[in-house]
Amino acid sequence: MNTFEINKESKWGRIVFFPFAFKSFFSVTKKEKWSKAFLSFVALFAIFIFILFIIYMFKASWKSILEFGPSFITSNSWNPVEDEFGALAFLYGTVVTSFLAVCMAAPLSIGVAIFINEVCSENIGKIVSVFVEMIAAVPSIVFGLWALFYLSPWVKNSIAPPLTALADYIPIFKGPSFGIGILTASLILAIMIVPTISSICREVFKNIPSHQKEAALALGATRYEMIKLSILMPSISGIMGAVVLGLGRALGETMAVAMVIGNSAKITFSIFAPAATMASVIANEYAEAENDLHLSSLAFIGLLLFLVTLIVNGLSRYIVWRVLGSKKEK
Amino acid sequence: MKQGVYSMIKYLLAMLFTVTSLNAASGSVKKINGAGASFPYPLYSKWISEYTKQNPETQINYQSIGSGGGIRQVQKETVDFGASDAPMKDDDLKKVSFEIKHIPTVLGAVVVAYNIKGIEGQLNLDGDTLSKIFLGKITKWNDPAIVAMNKTATLPKEDILIVHRADGSGTTSIFSEYLSKISADWKSSVGEGKTLEWPVGIGAKGNEGVTAMIKQTSGAIGYIGLEYALTNDIAMAKLKNKKGEFVNPSVDAVSKSAAGIKNFDGDMRMSITDADAKGAYPISAFTYILLPLRTNNAEALDEVKKFVKWGLTLGQAMAPELNYAPLPVALRDALLERIK
Repeated sequence: MNTFEINKESKWGRIVFFPFAFKSFFSVTKKEKWSKAFLSFVALFAIFIFILFIIYMFKASWKSILEFGPSFITSNSWNPVEDEFGALAFLYGTVVTSFLAVCMAAPLSIGVAIFINEVCSENIGKIVSVFVEMIAAVPSIVFGLWALFYLSPWVKNSIAPPLTALADYIPIFKGPSFGIGILTASLILAIMIVPTISSICREVFKNIPSHQKEAALALGATRYEMIKLSILMPSISGIMGAVVLGLGRALGETMAVAMVIGNSAKITFSIFAPAATMASVIANEYAEAENDLHLSSLAFIGLLLFLVTLIVNGLSRYIVWRVLGSKKEK
Repeated sequence: MKQGVYSMIKYLLAMLFTVTSLNAASGSVKKINGAGASFPYPLYSKWISEYTKQNPETQINYQSIGSGGGIRQVQKETVDFGASDAPMKDDDLKKVSFEIKHIPTVLGAVVVAYNIKGIEGQLNLDGDTLSKIFLGKITKWNDPAIVAMNKTATLPKEDILIVHRADGSGTTSIFSEYLSKISADWKSSVGEGKTLEWPVGIGAKGNEGVTAMIKQTSGAIGYIGLEYALTNDIAMAKLKNKKGEFVNPSVDAVSKSAAGIKNFDGDMRMSITDADAKGAYPISAFTYILLPLRTNNAEALDEVKKFVKWGLTLGQAMAPELNYAPLPVALRDALLERIK
């Protein structure tokens, strides 16, 4: 026994060293029992909170559910002055921005993952992956401000003019760009979800047995062919899972989107036009909602958003599980 | 084992004792809590810091959670006072059993900011033209209606981009209240409120978002709080008031719009937009402290009253430097009379 143990027995020692004195209170078997009870409590608590959360969301949006019912999803009129609420425009904005973001981010993230795993040396790969993962650590308000002050003028001056000049007969490139709108929001979302998609893709690619790669090389495949045949092709469903998980993140992103999407509850096909998303309208209007019905309609949107992300998350889990599960069976 | 449990209890008791004794030491401090509007937050925090310097026995906590939040907290009886830019509606007042007094503290204003290339001097606008611009009926800067008021300026043949607030805001509420007063067309098709269904334009978040959009976009027009506009060096339009003068938005001109009030004793929930006073800036409004006259909270209520009185007297001098318009003296004196 050392002096540390002796001090612990004194009156003040017991108080000071209380956190370390766990051992002296309980025997080993008791400790097992207690820690098991504690852990189950914590686990149950998480489920409990989730259930409470759903109950609360229903309670908060009940007024709106009774008032509008299913027409809430099919109507695109959002007029707090007249007490008319419909979420279609927000649903549309959320789906379109997230979809565009994923279309831009997915190829980029897969490229990053392959570069880190297969192309560059291990040390460079480590550095690159640190930087990519650091993107995930940037607060979204910072992304939002950056997008507002730098990305949106760039979109307005450098991206939109050539697109409209070349192809303004296509409805999605119609109309003037004011810098903020669907395109800018999708761009910032794409940047934000790259780390999510690329890190899951890297995990998926790591699952490929190395003899598979070696076999491809041994058959005379070039590195590009090896990547295509023995890495990308077999992990296609894993990549899908990563992409859907990224999509889930994009759906719920609030702050950065609210700052650059233009917040106009209209359904337009041009990617330069302003729109609004479900998360952004909640963030914008909740604090200063006009009345109970307005508040409750915002909660209803929250419930819908929750449902959409739940479906997307479930889908991605299903895909990832299927991939990992089938790997283990082999 | 037994001794272990004892020491555990002792430890907990010791903890408890320290916590309670800390509380007891701070027992003499009177704490009051307020929450509400974010627009007067800079001024109120200055007031609170100065007031508590002079009255160290009082502790005031003000959370700027927005006017709507302030009203809800007052209704839920979780705060000793609330603050709101827009006065409470009759329905909201009826929801509680106690009286809620509206005390105007300072005035704010909404300015029309724009970005037009190569224009010299300030743009002149009247309410009718302004409503047509925001309804999307006037779409070019060289529209005859705008040119008629700005004969000396050469206005470009440029598209007008409307920038409005995306988040629910008292600023929007005041602006739309003014337009509803001026234009029947606006009143019937858009109306007034903190969040509107805008016919045209893009929504930006907060005063800062609107300002950034206007500064970045040639041809843009939008509305922002005077206090924000003055510190951010942005072109502001002169607006035509009821007397027919084109008034530059300034702290003085805003104070003047409350100078015409005659009826001091009644309900202070009055609109002062488009005020019929000389030199008055037309889009002005009060910001209020909401005083819930709850009988179960008499002690805190007294403290709040003291603080509000201080704000209406010594506090007023701090308003202009933070770009808020102080109340006219006659109104202020009448209010002090009422708070007693």
